[in-house]
Amino acid sequence: MSFLNPKRWYHSLGKRRFYEALLLIVFILFFYGPLLYTFMLAFANKYEYPSIIPSQFGFQWWNYVLKQPTLVKSIGLSFEFAFATTFISMIICLPAAYVLARYNFRGRKMVMFSFLLGNAFPKIGIYTSMAIVFYKMNLMGTFTGVLLIHLIECMMMMIWLPTSAFRNVPANQEEAARDAGAGPLRTFWYITLPTAWPGIAVAAMFAFIASLGESTGTLLVGLPYYRTMTVEMYGVILDYPSTAGAVFSLILIAPNLALLLLMRRYLGADTLARGYKMG
Amino acid sequence: MSDQVKLEIRNMTKIYKTGDGVRNINLTVNLGELVTLLGPSGCGKTTILRTVAGFLSCDTGSILIDGKDISHLPPEKRPTAMVFQSYNLWPHMTVYENMAFGLKLRKIPKPEIQRRITEMLELVKMSGFEKKYPNQMSGGQQQRIAIARSLLLQPEVLLLDEPFSALDAKIRSQMREELRKIQTDLEITVVFVTHDQEEAMALSDRIVVMNKGSFEQIGTPAEIYDHPASRYIADFIGEMNFIEQRDGTTIAVRPENVTVELGDGTGGDIGGYVRTIMMLGHFYEIAIGTDSGIVKAYVSAETAGKFKRGDMVNCFFEGTYRYEPDSEKKREKIAPA
Ligand SMILES: Nc1ncnc2c1ncn2[C@@H]1O[C@H](COP(=O)(O)OP(=O)(O)OP(=O)(O)O)[C@@H](O)[C@H]1O
Ligand SMILES: [Mg+2]
Repeated sequence: MSFLNPKRWYHSLGKRRFYEALLLIVFILFFYGPLLYTFMLAFANKYEYPSIIPSQFGFQWWNYVLKQPTLVKSIGLSFEFAFATTFISMIICLPAAYVLARYNFRGRKMVMFSFLLGNAFPKIGIYTSMAIVFYKMNLMGTFTGVLLIHLIECMMMMIWLPTSAFRNVPANQEEAARDAGAGPLRTFWYITLPTAWPGIAVAAMFAFIASLGESTGTLLVGLPYYRTMTVEMYGVILDYPSTAGAVFSLILIAPNLALLLLMRRYLGADTLARGYKMG
Repeated sequence: MSDQVKLEIRNMTKIYKTGDGVRNINLTVNLGELVTLLGPSGCGKTTILRTVAGFLSCDTGSILIDGKDISHLPPEKRPTAMVFQSYNLWPHMTVYENMAFGLKLRKIPKPEIQRRITEMLELVKMSGFEKKYPNQMSGGQQQRIAIARSLLLQPEVLLLDEPFSALDAKIRSQMREELRKIQTDLEITVVFVTHDQEEAMALSDRIVVMNKGSFEQIGTPAEIYDHPASRYIADFIGEMNFIEQRDGTTIAVRPENVTVELGDGTGGDIGGYVRTIMMLGHFYEIAIGTDSGIVKAYVSAETAGKFKRGDMVNCFFEGTYRYEPDSEKKREKIAPA
């Protein structure tokens, strides 16, 4: 097993490449280590101290989790919120983003900046003050209340990315459509929106993921009636064995992974990266 | 070309917030006529075209097509079609979809759309490109499709804003010829914008020479070349020698109207010495150093062979123009406030 000797690696790779490789390994361990461990836990039927690797693999804990009605319900609820948030935030934010991209009114920069501001303060502070308002408006423990929290969460993403996407659509192309006989709405629908689509799709994906991952605000506003997956996670960590927690966290990760893969497939890494570009 | 008036711009003014813009524009374009707006960058050519297309509103004045005022209509309601310098085509649509877009909006049945597109692609020599996306075509091909797409809309007036300026010289002159042929064949009324005087000369029935937001001269290419109304135009169109006189006026003469003879360097209309002899294709340019600056003459190869650098020569002018000294200053006062 002499090839495992780091000294040999050091000399075969050269000094620089050796440290680069070392850094990469540390990075990968740091990044994927917990994920790998979660994977291992989720599929462990029997895992007792002091063994390093579970003594028996299987779907025992998956069965267990999927038989808990509250947990299954929370999965459905999470997706309900995620879809609603993505859809509604698109309806609200896309027209706003278009206006911000095309019209140079006074205070435009301020408006753009104000969306950043919401992300600059500790979230819990904002949610607490919002909770006070929500109490007065009877929004605590309601679907609308939770939805509002989620919408605020993805507001910046849904304004900034599409604004830059719209700005990258040459004005000539819209004018050519008007020229061909399309009114402003048709022009937006057939020309502007499809051309800006990669940026918008990336934003929508992030809105979806942000909504799935939102926990603090949902916990504060949604309890006791609206318990999403992330909210349930708190309980799972406290009340269930860690193997059940692992299963649950994989269920949480899965949609994000699926979305990312889907985007890569349909848009290509190129377009995806272009969607990020701030114009 | 007929003498039925198609497009009329009446006393139109459009000033941007910055103070730039165009003032008191008056122009009539006849059915089937190709009129070119020619002028240096920033003189307001695009501004005029965009007010006709409806992308800009005029401050005062009106725009009429077939005698009807269209200045209050949005672009989609105007019977005009415009081709821009670049980024004309919709990148997410194929050539076919690009061309079908306007026809679909007009509720034309599918087989008819298909037929018209096939015909039009043939006309612009782009058959077989239906399924291509814009980024799979060269700049010249894209502009061809853009023009074809505009033609499909059967506009009363076609507006072309420097459609060939992004193309290289050879393709450019080829496109120019094709455009001219299609335009005369189909009897389309066209307003063409360019800052290239050669392009304007080659294409136009009439040229409008612009300067700083207003019209300087309107006429056929020959009229403008042979009778430039001001020193500015004489300078802008073709090559011209300017010789300042003692009384402050300026004499202008085209290089092809200068004959050169060996002599003492003091006779003729002006005398001097040969500075350089350059071949420019099928003719030669002789630059003569005189007391009033350099005078250029275009001569045949045979004539050029008689001279060498440093020879004393006398020049004779065959057709000259005289411009008053203050005409230039007057024009500067027209500049936007
Ligand atoms: N939207 C605008 N706002 C303010 N000023 C403008 C605007 N568009 C154009 N201008 C100015 O108006 C003048 C005329 O512009 P225009 O685009 O019509 O020129 P042009 O003759 O088409 O020039 P080019 O050959 O460079 O295209 C220029 O000085 C330009 O800077
Ligand atoms: Mg222009």
